[in-house]
Amino acid sequence: MATVKGKETKAYSLKKEQSRAAAVMVTPLCITLVVLFLLPIVLVVFMSFTNWSMSSPTRSYVGLRNFKFVLSDPRFWKAFKNTLYYTGIKLVFDTGLALFIAVLLDKKIHFRRFFRIAHFAPVVVPITASSLIWLWFYDPGIGPFNQILQWLGLPPLQWLYSEKTALLSVILFSIWKGVGYNIILFLAGLQSIPESYLEAARIDGASERQVFFKVKLPLLSPVTSFIIMMGIINCFKVFTEVDVMTPNHGPLESTLLMVSYIYGQSFTRGKMGRGAASSLILFLIIFVFTMLQRRLGQKEVSFD
Amino acid sequence: MRKHRHVRYPWTMLFLFCTSALMIFPFVWMLLSAFKTPADVYNYPPKWIPSSFQFTNFAEVFKKIPFIRFYINSIFVSVVQTVLQIAISAMGAFAFAKLDFPLKNKLYAFMQSSLFVPEIVTIIPMFLLAAVAGLIDTYTGLIVAELNCAFTTLLLISFFQSIPNELIDAAKVDGCGYFRVFLEIILPNSKTAIGAASLFAFLTHWRSYMWPLIITNNVKMRTLPIGLKYLVTETGTEYQVLMAASVMAIVPVLIVYILMEKEFVQSITLTGMKT
Repeated sequence: MATVKGKETKAYSLKKEQSRAAAVMVTPLCITLVVLFLLPIVLVVFMSFTNWSMSSPTRSYVGLRNFKFVLSDPRFWKAFKNTLYYTGIKLVFDTGLALFIAVLLDKKIHFRRFFRIAHFAPVVVPITASSLIWLWFYDPGIGPFNQILQWLGLPPLQWLYSEKTALLSVILFSIWKGVGYNIILFLAGLQSIPESYLEAARIDGASERQVFFKVKLPLLSPVTSFIIMMGIINCFKVFTEVDVMTPNHGPLESTLLMVSYIYGQSFTRGKMGRGAASSLILFLIIFVFTMLQRRLGQKEVSFD
Repeated sequence: MRKHRHVRYPWTMLFLFCTSALMIFPFVWMLLSAFKTPADVYNYPPKWIPSSFQFTNFAEVFKKIPFIRFYINSIFVSVVQTVLQIAISAMGAFAFAKLDFPLKNKLYAFMQSSLFVPEIVTIIPMFLLAAVAGLIDTYTGLIVAELNCAFTTLLLISFFQSIPNELIDAAKVDGCGYFRVFLEIILPNSKTAIGAASLFAFLTHWRSYMWPLIITNNVKMRTLPIGLKYLVTETGTEYQVLMAASVMAIVPVLIVYILMEKEFVQSITLTGMKT
């Protein structure tokens, strides 16, 4: 009996020691979560129901007025439409092109390391610095892009300075900047496919095309769905490159995106109540996509 | 022998050389242009190769903006952020992975939920909090607000879990406390994961744009990504000077990247796939 009791107290004290150690180790983490996440979220919800503004010290409860304002603001819908357009085009290239290049890089070829480094290099440099280089590329007068068009016998474009091409120019930059990230993810996915699967398919007489569409692509589907969903979510968060390349949202606000809209409401115009409300709407959109990703992500592919 | 196993794919190689050239072109352009004279830049048609290689553009950068100050700010802020963030995350991750404590699951879910919230949502109230706390134009304000530990913690949890419990039990039998277990068993056994998480954290902080833009007004407190923008003016940007500044901002990152390519790729695949 005595030994059993001894064991119990030992187990009890072990548990107590664990909780005590855990409490100390988790405290800094909890502080950051409360101060940098919980508190701001509570505050932003609260702000969205007030006429909080940078210019006036008085603020009062206004109910749903901010939400009504934002949802009936044509600029908000323009930002939403632009963001959808941005997302659609970027996603096609970011996924399609990245998969294509990853498949090529998966072959046993020379200079693989060089190719990998080259395609991934734009990902690691600060976005501000690289978008400033592209700002010059897009200069209609002295930029190299128009010069190249001229060599090809094509008419010059206004790039960032025309309503028609401004957003496309930003998209082109962001494809250059981001495609390497997806290539790396696809490549990792391709390389995790066991060689025996491919061998088995080839022995059964499958062509390389069939191996790709019938074996590789289905096994890649978790990576693909991850890339697509994260791509959508990230497109809704884009800010840096549009802000650097088109600080005033481009000609006729053709590069106004969701985050630029929220940022403009809150910090340029100082209407923080409206900014808070619109940021919560954005959050809702991203939340829906995140849930979708979780749902789709559950369809795990098994290698066994 | 190994060479023979390589198969040549001429079309693949050609295609990849073309796309690689497109990816590298902006960097080559930047490097060449940093040495151009204003005449090279503003002539029509513009010259691609500088007529003579001069370093005056680099000197011009230091004359126009407090470039060294921006650089030091950026390095200081991102290093401190990375160290703090990884320290906080590693400690927390150890507790989640190896210890039992009340409210563990609730806390885990709470941490996970913070990942769904985009920066723009929290940045508005954070700005007000920072203003109230007097943290505008301070290093504390720059650093503390971006210690987003949730992601790095979740990443490290999954790695710490793979460390066998037997190692910990053995150390416990030898009379080690949990803090020594953390320092002497967990940390040395997860160098790869800590390295990947640190690299990820550093890159995120080094590129950070929105928060430093909001929290600093004083030129002296600006970080590199914001500071570079001072070289762009409405009246006419001196592109050759801008390129000299970009070279100094980008080339060190590229060198580190080329030297540590494997670690970079690892950090992307580990961080990318774990979410």
